[in-house]
Amino acid sequence: MIAGRVSLLCSVFAVACACISTPAAGEDVVAVINAHIHSMGNAGEIAKGALVARDGRIVDIGASVAIPSDARVIDAGGKIVTPGFIAADTSIGLMEIRLSADPADNATQSQTISAAFDVSYGLNPQSVVIPVDRLGGITTAVVVPSYSGGGDKDPLFAGQAALVTLAHGHQMLLEPRVAMVLAMGEEGAEHAGGSRGAEAAALRAILADVRDYARRRLEYDQGKTRHYLLSRADLEALVPVAEGRMPLLVWVRRASDILDVLSLARQEHLRLILDGASEAWRVADQIAAAHVPVLLTPIENTPASFEALGSTLENAALLAKAGVTVVIKGNGTHRDRELRYNAGNAVAAGMPYSAALAAVTINPARVFGIVDHSGSLDRGKDADLVIWDGDPFEPSTRPVAVLIGGREQPMTSRATALRDRYLPVTVSATH
Amino acid sequence: MRSLPIRLGILFTAAALTACASTPASQPVATPVALRSALDPSIDLDPFPSTYRPAPSASVAIVGATLLTGTGTEIHEGTLLMRNGRIEAVGQGLAVPPGYETIDAHGRWLTPGIIDAHSHLGVAASPGVSSLDDTNEMSDPNTAEVWAEHSLWPQDPKFDLARAAGVTAMMILPGSANLFGGRTVVIKNVPSTTMQGMKFPGAPYGLKMACGENPKRVYRAKGRAPQTRMAEIAAFRRAWLEASDYARRWDAWREGGHKGDPPKRDLRLDTLLGVLDGQILVQNHCYRADEMATMLDVAREFGFHVTAFHHAIEAYKIAPLLAREKVCVATWASSWGSKLEAFDGIEENAAFIQAAGGCAVIHSDDGLLIQRLNQEAAIALTAGRHAGVNISEADAIEWLTANPARMLGILDQTGTLESGKMADVVLWSADPFSVYAHADKVWIDGVLSWDPADPRFRHQSDFELGLPVRASR
Repeated sequence: MIAGRVSLLCSVFAVACACISTPAAGEDVVAVINAHIHSMGNAGEIAKGALVARDGRIVDIGASVAIPSDARVIDAGGKIVTPGFIAADTSIGLMEIRLSADPADNATQSQTISAAFDVSYGLNPQSVVIPVDRLGGITTAVVVPSYSGGGDKDPLFAGQAALVTLAHGHQMLLEPRVAMVLAMGEEGAEHAGGSRGAEAAALRAILADVRDYARRRLEYDQGKTRHYLLSRADLEALVPVAEGRMPLLVWVRRASDILDVLSLARQEHLRLILDGASEAWRVADQIAAAHVPVLLTPIENTPASFEALGSTLENAALLAKAGVTVVIKGNGTHRDRELRYNAGNAVAAGMPYSAALAAVTINPARVFGIVDHSGSLDRGKDADLVIWDGDPFEPSTRPVAVLIGGREQPMTSRATALRDRYLPVTVSATH
Repeated sequence: MRSLPIRLGILFTAAALTACASTPASQPVATPVALRSALDPSIDLDPFPSTYRPAPSASVAIVGATLLTGTGTEIHEGTLLMRNGRIEAVGQGLAVPPGYETIDAHGRWLTPGIIDAHSHLGVAASPGVSSLDDTNEMSDPNTAEVWAEHSLWPQDPKFDLARAAGVTAMMILPGSANLFGGRTVVIKNVPSTTMQGMKFPGAPYGLKMACGENPKRVYRAKGRAPQTRMAEIAAFRRAWLEASDYARRWDAWREGGHKGDPPKRDLRLDTLLGVLDGQILVQNHCYRADEMATMLDVAREFGFHVTAFHHAIEAYKIAPLLAREKVCVATWASSWGSKLEAFDGIEENAAFIQAAGGCAVIHSDDGLLIQRLNQEAAIALTAGRHAGVNISEADAIEWLTANPARMLGILDQTGTLESGKMADVVLWSADPFSVYAHADKVWIDGVLSWDPADPRFRHQSDFELGLPVRASR
């Protein structure tokens, strides 16, 4: 990019360049034109419009946008453009294979590094899973630690979640330690020795320990405090949770358990995110009143356990109707590319289309604290977007282009390489 | 395949006469005695018979829908007539005879009932507590003697959910931890208090076999064989050798005029014998292309046919071979990466099988996916088209209807919209390959079995009575 062209642009399109004080060498300008844009932000839905991004940030969007002459122009041909989707609650970058292969980095059984377990350190930007999910229109993910399924051998806290980009490159971490992850209900009870009441007592005791520790770090190091239940690293990790700075992401299903955790959060002044939440629809008004967001998989409608008897396809729709901020999840790591179908199924079960689209874009951005630069196509935000050849929730639709930070991503994966190697002879003959 | 020996107890008299005639008069005559029926594996091949009898049904005309018939045909604004539980006629511009209930289906789609070729409903029932985990008898690598139907709990609430999604029949399989997991059972998805009340009348049994990672992982953890793929193949061959010898002993006993002690009946070998006789269909869980090819060689060595490879993540790599050998491929579109043997999964698998002229089937193996097999097929269809394979929706619907019916041995009864077949029919609110389509009405043997507007059809499982469930799930 030559400086001369940029300065010429500044004189012609003064408004668009107002934010750029000194045009740097290597500036990258991209324009997506002739697009049906669901901005999910201030620009609303634009039946036919364009957006311009400069150095990865959106500088203009609307029905009538001046296109800089130095821009790489992508003609969307009237197709649908959405913000890149955000996959919440995934292990993308932490594992290649779920079973019987190399160890995954998504869980620990350590009793001394539980809350302190931080998934931002194990991320693999070369993971084979990333391009596959990116071809599902996912550009950002919330990587959440899991439990190893060891029952009472598993610690109480799973660890801390991180925000990552699915951009092709060497750096995937966007933001570490965005939430502390904890299972309650049946699974949490198992970790706490076998009952819900034990876990509730343990949590209250731990929070008291953490607050005491935060006030008396020096005395702790001198051995002058009482014995705390958790290790120093875990106590330290929980300080932001106890102080309401880091949200506590709680896996919970039964309505009564949800009410219990709402009550705990109120009394302990915790910021809360509910995950799973099969029976959340029963207590939707209480959740809405507490301004607590809910992460869910809308297709889960089987009575998979005694704490999920009330599972229903209408969970997402009922929560959205009650005013709860809903985040729709994919089907887990390798199958997160199905996120968009899950959103479609939520619509089929009564969720308004715009609410379902919000549930995979702007809502997760809000919930995980990146709404200032992500989740919608607004001026100043990252140019993370997808051009679709149809309704993105339909299986008959495919992404035409994926841009992350204004950069076009490869539309290939290991799976497409296998596909191309094994094309049927009837097809390859015509190629 | 061996030629089928005569196995009928009523022929004993004739056999005895023949034996007498060829026996020298001076020798004492050993008069064959009919075995107690349970001691002879050939006498009662159906000891747990189906008791399913469809309820009487009305004569129904569905008029104006787009029909995907399951025979490769799409009919616009077609009419389907159902009478006495059977499809009476299908076509454009059919006159509706008097006395038929007429359903205006303009703008909607009509397909055969969805058939899931791989399900564990009832054996891995909900709720998923250990008391209801009856899927896999892992105590031995060979449990060919167990039958999935004896684990099947008809009250699994997932049957209701699958019916609401248009699933009218399915095959229930034992799990895949062992080489021989046991017998499969084909059921109609009808509410019933007994397993026998769901069994698909006349459907053949299947034998669940599994190669690859699962058996070696499970038995390695138990410190016993097989721990490697080569030990798996050795164990398969040993079992088929034993079954072949079992068959020989019975044949010899019969051909020898039932003299002397009969072979001792063995439930495990009975199932393998059923495969050698072509009465039981091999349903083989197998992911990798190289392993499928090896299993085909094992089948050739012992003279049986593999009806289908299940999951078959890498089937696309050997699509022409599988088409030539007439082996169906039951697979997913989206699932991959759960295990290393599933690492090479591609969305186009079914489409590539179709392109090679093979029998592609989209299956679920899952209580959620069984409720949207149509969407899974849509993913495979879209990916296939994108790769350049020319597939119509009329073709792709066969992945969920005619092809699973073929692979379950029930295509002569159901799986297509053709006159004379069971009236297993789904009326969809929209194109069934759309994420927004739902089943507006489902008929099983002409009996209306699902209508979202009719509360009678919800929560038919006894389990959910009086529990805090939502009226509409």
